[in-house]
Amino acid sequence: MQQLRLTRTRRVALIGLAGALAVSLSACAESKRDEGAGGGSGGTMIFGAAGNPKLFDPIFNDEGETFRITRQIFDTLIQNKPGTADLEASLAEKWEPSNDGKTWTFSLKQGVKFSDGTPFDATAVCFNFNRWYNMKGAAAQSQMIYYADVFGGFAKNESDDYSDPVYKSCEAKDPATAVVNLNKAKGAFPAAFTLPSFAMQSPAALQQYKADEVTQSGDSFTYSEYANKHPVGTGPFKFDSWDQGKGEITLSKNDTSPTQTAKLDKLIFKVIPDENARKQALKAGDIQGYDYPAPADYGLLRNEGEQVLVRPPFNVLYLGINQSGPAGDKLKDPRVRKALAYGVNREQFVKSKLPEGAEVATEFVPKTISGYTDEVTKYPFDQQKAKQLLQEAGATNLTLKFYYPTEVTRPYMPNPADVFTSISEDLKAIGIKVEAVAKPWNGGYKDDVQKFGKQDLHLLGWTGDYNDAGNFVGTFFGRKKPEFGFDNPQLFQALAAADASPAGDAHAKAYQEVNKQIMDYLPAIPISYGPPAIVVGPKVKGLVASPLTDERFNTVTVN
Amino acid sequence: MLRFLVRRLLQAIPTLLILSILVFAWLRSLPGGPAAALLGDKATPEKIANLNHVLGLDQPVVIQYFKFLGRALTGDFGASLISTQPVMSEIGTFLPATIELGISAMIVAVVIGIPAGYLSARYRGGAVDNVIIVLTLIGVAVPVFFLGYMMQDVLAGPLGLPSQGRQTAGLDATSITNFAILDGIMTSEWDAVWDAIKHLILPAFALATIPLAVITRITRASVLEVLNEDFIRTANSKGLTQPVVRRRHVLRNGLLPVVTTIGLQTGALLGGAVLTERVFNFRGLGFLLAEGIERRDYPRLQALLLFGALVYVLVNMLVDVSYGIIDPRVRVR
Repeated sequence: MQQLRLTRTRRVALIGLAGALAVSLSACAESKRDEGAGGGSGGTMIFGAAGNPKLFDPIFNDEGETFRITRQIFDTLIQNKPGTADLEASLAEKWEPSNDGKTWTFSLKQGVKFSDGTPFDATAVCFNFNRWYNMKGAAAQSQMIYYADVFGGFAKNESDDYSDPVYKSCEAKDPATAVVNLNKAKGAFPAAFTLPSFAMQSPAALQQYKADEVTQSGDSFTYSEYANKHPVGTGPFKFDSWDQGKGEITLSKNDTSPTQTAKLDKLIFKVIPDENARKQALKAGDIQGYDYPAPADYGLLRNEGEQVLVRPPFNVLYLGINQSGPAGDKLKDPRVRKALAYGVNREQFVKSKLPEGAEVATEFVPKTISGYTDEVTKYPFDQQKAKQLLQEAGATNLTLKFYYPTEVTRPYMPNPADVFTSISEDLKAIGIKVEAVAKPWNGGYKDDVQKFGKQDLHLLGWTGDYNDAGNFVGTFFGRKKPEFGFDNPQLFQALAAADASPAGDAHAKAYQEVNKQIMDYLPAIPISYGPPAIVVGPKVKGLVASPLTDERFNTVTVN
Repeated sequence: MLRFLVRRLLQAIPTLLILSILVFAWLRSLPGGPAAALLGDKATPEKIANLNHVLGLDQPVVIQYFKFLGRALTGDFGASLISTQPVMSEIGTFLPATIELGISAMIVAVVIGIPAGYLSARYRGGAVDNVIIVLTLIGVAVPVFFLGYMMQDVLAGPLGLPSQGRQTAGLDATSITNFAILDGIMTSEWDAVWDAIKHLILPAFALATIPLAVITRITRASVLEVLNEDFIRTANSKGLTQPVVRRRHVLRNGLLPVVTTIGLQTGALLGGAVLTERVFNFRGLGFLLAEGIERRDYPRLQALLLFGALVYVLVNMLVDVSYGIIDPRVRVR
């Protein structure tokens, strides 16, 4: 101990040395970070993601955080024009349906290669279509949510839930022409060809890394090496790594992509689940953008120089009416449902409770969707009329069980409690007693409302997947459901017919007619179209906010 | 000693079995279920029913439990619903962060707590003592998440410390063991070491508050007790200098109960880590658990809760064993 005792001078020297070491280490860290952020020609962008991706094989995925990443790696045959839900060419330069809507001919871009160097051509297109259709195993099929939704079924269905397959076959006429044959016309096309699930993947890589191997593992599934480590597409970026410990997904510029060359050298997605933490990280300059800022923060963020890009609304919030709920037959009377619609002051609600860009919903599809029409019956706020209708229906003493969710925010419903309060105050004003039932979103709300139909009224909504009215109204009212508790074969049939009508004007017309019918029948009340936002730092240029959250980072530069 | 150890190990088995039943039953009783969590927002009752069938969740709960137990005994806890990675490999990836944070917090708690407690006892009743007592009270009373957010808002900026994450995003550091500091040292990436240390400072202090306060109080009480012992009076009357008495007699004897407390607080750190890691986005087991609860990741929750229980059982066993070593009478009883 005695020998270790330091003289005063030595101690001072040692402290000085430690200080110098700390400063130099700190400088090293700074210099390395600077290099990362601005070095090279195009630089690096770090984007704060709200959640973990699941896997990178888009056919087995149905959630936004994964699609945000796969959209940069893969291209679809047709894509959405940036900033809109309109269609434009992607891997297919042209697409042509036959008159009966059962054959789709795609003229493909020439000279395109996957990032593993293999060619993209008609054979690759057919390989992808056939892969989906022939997928084996209940585990794999159960995870192909969008495929089952759009294509109905598989070559061999491994669940009773699937129906006859829409897909029939695919022919590679020549390297630049792929023809997809269907068993029946499907209204979802061509818009559904833009779905990130139906992106074109490299046949060589899919086979090499055994992409079709999906195995049940406890209460979940595990996927192949392809889905976790080797996704290969034609997109502007290619996959580098997924560091689970750090929560970082790193992509780099795909030099083989002649379609949409990226400006950035690297694109990193950093998973930061907490919204407040994402905001802090942006302020600190650790990330250059993030998704789902709280509407209450829009002004604050702008004042601090960040760019809040408000997306055009592509969703709808509705007040669900359950005709077989606790109130019995009362809600079966159209006059009562109409009274509810006249009684809710939607203009006031949208103005006072929703972020800028929100609009009053007049039907169940947003304005950007083909099939939207202005010629539906509208229900402007009119308390007198509402009271009168209730009186005519003999329902002046109505008590309704009104369910609303807690522990959740959705793009169409930033604050469910606010929506509930606003609507229930309106209902009380026309003499309806409201019995409030609040339940956690995943802790019983969805079960009670969608599975058991325990409610009279409830709040729900939907964000669209692609530009087709059927994706909205078909999902809500296409069949008998405990959520709404009505059986209207005429409406179900009209929706099925619209879905099967060939693409084009006839298809849009069919949905316009259905939308009119729906707003006359009024199975629920559309409330609002909400605009979610995405925020990026002041140095980020070229990011176009998309109604479908289909933001592509190939146009982005970071100064 | 061996028999004692074997007996303790055998006692741990029914404890873990009962816990596994409780955890399994609790998770199965929650509304929603794995299928709904797996399908997310677009889940419909039909899709959920189909997936429940595929996953075997429509079978009787007892059968499901025995299947789960069978797999768990081979170390297979299934895959996470959130990341689709096997849960055991997730634990392997995220555990180093929690250990790194826990050790750092314990170092902070011990390095500050013991001297503070000693000072408090030495100047009993004086200003120093009063200030330390008030601070320890605050330390125990303030919730970790509140303290964490406060540190982020008030301290991070002025001190130039990162307020979240384990490493600067995009930092190109080599990962070998997933211990950020150790990896940096092994690969001589000193900037990565410094970066990891900077990221540890705020969460470590936040996590340390409770053990720090407890260690301070225990040290104070223990030193006060020792100061009243006869042997101190003897030492003083022998004419030993005060520093020698303090170091050799007061501190050495006073630290015995403190060491036990440190052991117990190490177990308690696991609980505190859930909130701290969440607030600071520090990707360890606590972060994994918090995310699992929020998004109803049943396989992950089952594995993590049982893993936590196992750690508690093992820590308790270690404490008991150490008692056995110190006091042989414990083994006989």
